[in-house]
Amino acid sequence: MSVKSKVIEAIRQIAKEQHVTLPELSDDLSLHETGFDSLAFAILVARLEDETGVDPFTISEDAAFPATVGDFVRAYENVPA
Amino acid sequence: MSPREIFALRDHLGAELTGRTLSDAHHVVSLTDILSQTVLGGRLRELSGRAVLLKLSDQLRSGLVMIELDGIVRRMLLCPPDINPAHLDALIADAGIDAVVTDEPDRWADTGIALVVTAQLPLKATAPARTERPTEWLMLTSGTSGVPKIVGHTLEALTGAIVAEGPAKGPAPVWATFYDIRRYGGLQIFLRAVLSGGSMVLSDPHEALAGHVARLNARAVSHISGTPSHWRKLLMSGSAAQFSPRYVRLSGEIADQAVLDGLKAAFPNSSVGHAYASTEAGVGFAVNDGLEGFPADYLGNRNGVEMKVVDGSLRIRSTRTAHAYIGSNAAALTDDDGFVDSGDIVELRGDRYYFVGRRGGIINIGGLKVHPEEIEAVINRHPDVRMSRAKSRRSPITGGIVVADVILADGTDPARAKEIRGQILDQCRAQLASHKVPAVIRFVEALDVTPAGKLARTDA
Repeated sequence: MSVKSKVIEAIRQIAKEQHVTLPELSDDLSLHETGFDSLAFAILVARLEDETGVDPFTISEDAAFPATVGDFVRAYENVPA
Repeated sequence: MSPREIFALRDHLGAELTGRTLSDAHHVVSLTDILSQTVLGGRLRELSGRAVLLKLSDQLRSGLVMIELDGIVRRMLLCPPDINPAHLDALIADAGIDAVVTDEPDRWADTGIALVVTAQLPLKATAPARTERPTEWLMLTSGTSGVPKIVGHTLEALTGAIVAEGPAKGPAPVWATFYDIRRYGGLQIFLRAVLSGGSMVLSDPHEALAGHVARLNARAVSHISGTPSHWRKLLMSGSAAQFSPRYVRLSGEIADQAVLDGLKAAFPNSSVGHAYASTEAGVGFAVNDGLEGFPADYLGNRNGVEMKVVDGSLRIRSTRTAHAYIGSNAAALTDDDGFVDSGDIVELRGDRYYFVGRRGGIINIGGLKVHPEEIEAVINRHPDVRMSRAKSRRSPITGGIVVADVILADGTDPARAKEIRGQILDQCRAQLASHKVPAVIRFVEALDVTPAGKLARTDA
């Protein structure tokens, strides 16, 4: 499974658990518009860390939290394996 | 006080009750004629009036030494088996120890403690001793970090709840506990056995649970106590099926509804009760209605135990509490009015109080305070869950999130893990604020339990 599809699947799973109705997940959708609150993002980052072994937002001190779904996915894609 | 008014353990051990025993995995000692025997090689007189450290490698000799020393020595400090040797010097200084009873006399040869008495089996015949003075019982708190605190009790305080309850109905009980009797919870059971005219079966740290249960059965144990973690382990082991005690008691941790129901199902012919007690606060109360928490009308003065809730925590004043922390820099044990702050946080829902956790065990989730026990109680309600532990995990987004490790009941199909995880999360979302719902649930094979029988909480 590609990194992108792993991330998208985790987002859908958490949306289901949190009863969040997601809009269509395009790359330029702003994370704010996903309907996720900070807790939902915290859950997402923790689950992805368990699944992929990386937490791109803790590794890099200066990394700004991404603004869009595309940025978020790239944060995982760009982590050196 | 005249010596006649002082009751020591020996004064509860007349020869008129026959067939009483104290046993462990290796020995059975008759309590019937215990007063004319000695575990100290006949050296009790030398210990009269002393401050004695009990440092023994087994519970059986420890119990026999307690019976022999009580009413003769000035104070005795009980060392639990897991004591950190590096803390001994500080404890010896704080308790003013001037004698040690041990089974390893060589280790004490050059320690500066002049009097070293060896406890040994088999017992030897001796002339029965007479009670001389009230002995101060010193116990250690079970906290995990730093030097434990020394807590001072009297036999009267330690046995207050036992005397108040009166003798058990029916034939003399055979008591057992998963605790070590050198800790408050285990000592309560040992004292019950001595005062109730019954027998007692001791635990052994080197014995597998199945072997322990076989021994409990062989000795016809009727009354048994342990922490909820002890009991969950027994329920998970599959050994419970061969065991049928009359009375099952939980203490030392929060008894949630799941473990109470689990025990009631496993032992349909038993009374299942949970007791609230701590080394400092003594025995507060017992709850025997099969429900978690306790009725709100337990607050106030009830059978000589006064309880109130201040800033969320349970405060207790009674003649059963410890009287002081012992040592040069010891803090006050009670407030100015004589109440012990238990540090146990309770919450009123309807006409009942529920324990939600320890004040010191709060985890911080995005700036909000969360008691892990409250989350575990909800998770444990799932029928396929046997035990769980909630803790915090660092999060770059919120600072912290709740994660939970869960042990599934024996024989749960691993293919159902995903479905069960979803059900647990649904359950948590329905009953907990959103920041308390675990972000991640991991299924694990085992969870650490401390030597005191409590779920290990390393991040607390």
